Amino acid sequence: MKLIVPIKQVPETGNVKMDEEKGTMVRDGVESIVNPLDLYSIECALKLKEEHGGTVTVISMGPPKAEKAIREALSMGCDEGILLTDKAFAGSDTWATSYVISEAIKTLGDFDLIVAGVRATDGDTGQVGPEIAAMLDLPIATFVSRINSIENGIMNVTRLVEGGYEQVKFSMPALITVVNEISFPRLPTLRGKQTARTKDIPVVKKDDLAIDSDSLGLEGSPTRVVKIMRPKVIRNGVILDVNKIGIKKAVEELVNFLEEKNFV
Amino acid sequence: MAREIWTLAEQHEGHVEKISFELLTRGRALADKSDALLASVLIGSNINREGIQELFERGTDKVYLVEDERLAYYLNDLYANVLTHLIKTYKPVIFLAGATTTGRTVMPYVAGRIKTGLTADCTELDIEVDTGNLLQTRPAIGGNIMATIKTPKHRPQMATVRPRSTPVAPRQEGRKGELVRVTIPEELLKGREERLDFHGMEKGEATIDDADRIVAGGRGIKKGENFNLIYDLAKWLDAAVGASREAVDRGWAEYPQQVGLSGKTVVPELYMAFGISGAIQHLAGMKTADSIVAVNSDPDAQIFQVADFGIIGDLFEVIPELIKEIERRKSEKE
Repeated sequence: MKLIVPIKQVPETGNVKMDEEKGTMVRDGVESIVNPLDLYSIECALKLKEEHGGTVTVISMGPPKAEKAIREALSMGCDEGILLTDKAFAGSDTWATSYVISEAIKTLGDFDLIVAGVRATDGDTGQVGPEIAAMLDLPIATFVSRINSIENGIMNVTRLVEGGYEQVKFSMPALITVVNEISFPRLPTLRGKQTARTKDIPVVKKDDLAIDSDSLGLEGSPTRVVKIMRPKVIRNGVILDVNKIGIKKAVEELVNFLEEKNFV
Repeated sequence: MAREIWTLAEQHEGHVEKISFELLTRGRALADKSDALLASVLIGSNINREGIQELFERGTDKVYLVEDERLAYYLNDLYANVLTHLIKTYKPVIFLAGATTTGRTVMPYVAGRIKTGLTADCTELDIEVDTGNLLQTRPAIGGNIMATIKTPKHRPQMATVRPRSTPVAPRQEGRKGELVRVTIPEELLKGREERLDFHGMEKGEATIDDADRIVAGGRGIKKGENFNLIYDLAKWLDAAVGASREAVDRGWAEYPQQVGLSGKTVVPELYMAFGISGAIQHLAGMKTADSIVAVNSDPDAQIFQVADFGIIGDLFEVIPELIKEIERRKSEKE
């Protein structure tokens, strides 16, 4: 089986500080990591490879430093990595990003399955997977929680949908997006890290692809950000500090609050 | 021909789903402001006629009805073909859908195919009357700021909206609209997917969807087994257990427990957030709760801005103390 996993490098946004005046993110000291939800798609692809044989290729579009994310995927056991990086790609929205990635995938020859994460934790759109599937005219199953079987080019999976689990089957090649129920991601091995460190990662630029320059980057994206703002304060509650009034007093006051509202 | 704003109406087993009526609240406001017609697309098989009437009574002017046995359930190839065909034939200027599992799949698939902009999980929608541009506002950069997005050159302008983020549109008994039955070319009703089975979720532990009380944990919980603390407290308060995206991404809680833009929007009477910093994307899912309690060790955590009651402190100290105090008062009352 030839498996392809598109991944994204994202900022570790858990504790992002904002520049209050500019309304932008303070990027200094913010670490870049592999989108945590892509670890599940990497794991899913590696499991399929173990079961059915084949190779796993990770592909990522981003700045040159996104190479680190690819090396991390390689250290988990992926076989090949490809980095799509070019100034012309910068500022691409989900459509333009999917366009570049799908055109790059077309250059890789025949494949069986693309496994993507449900979304990236920074942009949070979940659109790139389905858009790549559309551009490559592949069947798609999103929110896959289980792979039931792969036989004679037919894949049978379970999807996590509203109120339950839906089982579907479809022909391959195809694209799936996976939720965290699929399998817990493995850690990189020492040997994996050693192999990953020296592995050659081909860099693909705009001119390496047969793409329409007018459909790239900020200018070529159908959508455009026109305004950015910080949300306003909504409630003015009572805030108590344990360091000032002590744990006992703080908790007593909290339970008083809960009692007043009839929660206790 | 009047400009049309569309909503995707969803149905399950022939019954029109609530999200379809929520979208009419959004669509009606945009249509009125820009003097456009509001139309809903309804795809399925044997669809309940009362549901169609309810779409008219809740504000849609026109229903494009596509019925075929093969369309009874969402299958991406067929639904994408039908929507692409409808868009190319009738050329709506705006197309809104719910951010359901179906909306989150078929909308980007169609947008990818026809090349247009799609904005996910919009919290606010407005329209520029002179240009007809849709102003789509959503959280960005990990949910820490709000961005307003336009699709200036491509039509339709597509957007998804979270279920439960808007009330259903008010009903006006007897309001009428135009029903347009569309026949889809046979070759578009051939797909590569087949639906085999459906299993409803087991209703064991209380789910957060309709819970009156929710106790939720976030990144401050530090590891999976510590979530037991949250479960312990939830038992004392008769609450369901929720989680932030950070906690779910790390595998400490399950996706159905996730509160926020990328999870569920909840409106409980009580929402208690432990170790949740309060990124906008989380706040968007719970800020309309009646009472909000936050416990966090970071005094600058944004969650305190929406809290009615907050404690700056270590949740690992606060929760055991809180359980002790609730236990003490309960025994006093007995």
